[in-house]
Amino acid sequence: MSETRNNLHNTPVSAFDSLAENANASRSSVRFSGDVTLTFLVWVSATLVVGMFLWLLGDLLFHGYSKLSLAFLIEAPHNSGREGGIAPILVSTLLILGVALLATLPLGLGAAVYLSEFSVGKTARLIRMSLNMLAGVPSIVFGLFGNALFCIWLGMGFSIWSGGLTLACMMLPLFISTTEAGLSAVSNEWRQGAAALGLSHAATLWHVLLPAAAPAMTAGLMLSIGRALAETAALIFTSGYVDRMPESLADSGRALSVHIYDMSMNVTGGDETAYGSALVLITMLVLISSVAVSLTNRFLAQRITPL
Amino acid sequence: MNTMAKEIFGGRSQSSPYTLGNIEQGEACCTPIPHIQVENLSVSYQGKTVLKNVSLNINKGCITALIGPSGCGKTSFLSSLNRLTDLAPGCRVEGSIRIEGCAITAPGLDVMALRRKVGMIFQKPNPFPLSIRRNIEMPLREHGIKNRRELEERIVRALQDVGLWEEVCDRLDTSAMSLSGGQQQRLCIARALALEPSILLMDEPCSALDPIASAKVEELIQSLRNRYTVVIVTHNLAQAKRVANYAAFFWMSERVGKLIEFGRCQSLFDSPTHELTAAYVTGVSG
Repeated sequence: MSETRNNLHNTPVSAFDSLAENANASRSSVRFSGDVTLTFLVWVSATLVVGMFLWLLGDLLFHGYSKLSLAFLIEAPHNSGREGGIAPILVSTLLILGVALLATLPLGLGAAVYLSEFSVGKTARLIRMSLNMLAGVPSIVFGLFGNALFCIWLGMGFSIWSGGLTLACMMLPLFISTTEAGLSAVSNEWRQGAAALGLSHAATLWHVLLPAAAPAMTAGLMLSIGRALAETAALIFTSGYVDRMPESLADSGRALSVHIYDMSMNVTGGDETAYGSALVLITMLVLISSVAVSLTNRFLAQRITPL
Repeated sequence: MNTMAKEIFGGRSQSSPYTLGNIEQGEACCTPIPHIQVENLSVSYQGKTVLKNVSLNINKGCITALIGPSGCGKTSFLSSLNRLTDLAPGCRVEGSIRIEGCAITAPGLDVMALRRKVGMIFQKPNPFPLSIRRNIEMPLREHGIKNRRELEERIVRALQDVGLWEEVCDRLDTSAMSLSGGQQQRLCIARALALEPSILLMDEPCSALDPIASAKVEELIQSLRNRYTVVIVTHNLAQAKRVANYAAFFWMSERVGKLIEFGRCQSLFDSPTHELTAAYVTGVSG
């Protein structure tokens, strides 16, 4: 009796075993080695990327740490920047960034809303195409354009205004496309639901679409700020080169990235200052980015409840 | 057409084994007073007609079910009643629709006010990613109701009306997205009811819900009878029979949606006058 049961029980199992063995013999080893290779490649590329960033950061810290002090942040540069600090340069950088943001935010938001909510067909396609092309234009071209338009034609001269507005031209394409993508990704069901409740287009935008697109907008803004802070070529031609404290927005001022370029290329013995400034620049970027993210989160917690 | 339909569907026997059983409900709810009068309605998208020459009266305080296979223009019919067709690019609505005697297809009409009076519930629950309270409060505020006491009253009443009050009264400020599918759908109904509409359009309101949630929503729809005029699209014939007073059967012929038969729900299911209706309600076709 027990033997029969055993037999009955064993038959299908052994059949399955042989199936599994067959598969193992023929294909599994190939599949296995493929998996190993893929895993290896993925790990290698991830390690490389992280490693590169850490190396850069380590290099900056190693060379620039000695320069970093409160005095470096609040003193004016002496001896062409080899000594002293970077206070006027920090101020100029923040002013230029402020002007750029002031121009980018309203214009970019308006354009993104127009593109995703109002435009149809050819006009939208034309605008999108020009934005993509603008995003790919080298920054030196923006510099020359900004110089011709803001400095000369509009008579702003080498000034923080000119630099900030030129940066705005560079940031706009990036900011508009990320914001538009964020708005377009908002579920159509909410648009329909809002319309069916008799909400106006403006109310729908304000209460539903913009809050839902806010994270994408922040991401776009961070990318744009990153691009703006890193910009050198466009600013040399527009906001100028002088390293004294700017007296007003119409005065010219040297941006941090321009300072780094100048210290490492034109001033012998300026390397240390260049490293120190680069460290400050990266710290600034990290600070701005974390503040922006936490502000967005706080805004979302008020306007929209977490999912 | 008749002979062809007979050939295809094999005619109709009076006591088909496929019938859904006796109809308990579906009497005229009151003296029929036309609330929505539709005449020769045609809807087309980018020149392609999806619905042609539909004429029917929807009676006040009754539940009217729109049945028929997918793609025969039921949803287009429904969304032309609150001008949601305006949102679709290239959509043209011809013919006349009158609600309480007022032509709603007129170009200068206040669409926002119309949609406040004619609420709509969608297939997939679509509460906004706001708190439960704000979901109801925000549309009210946008329609000019700013008095805090009135807002509070309306929110509570709407939630009570949909049977959600007991379930959510202690967490009004949590996200509406944390509710279950059925609760979300009832919140959407509450959101529409808070605006005090006279008509509710429902586009397959139960089809994305599980049977228990679906039964709750259906019970809620039943309770709206006599207080609101309800037009409901449903693919669930049993549901149509259970809830509706009137039924309209749509069918696609020559690639265009048409209204085949309209009448009291009971008679449409029990003694349909058209072969297509008979075939559809007995489950032979569609």
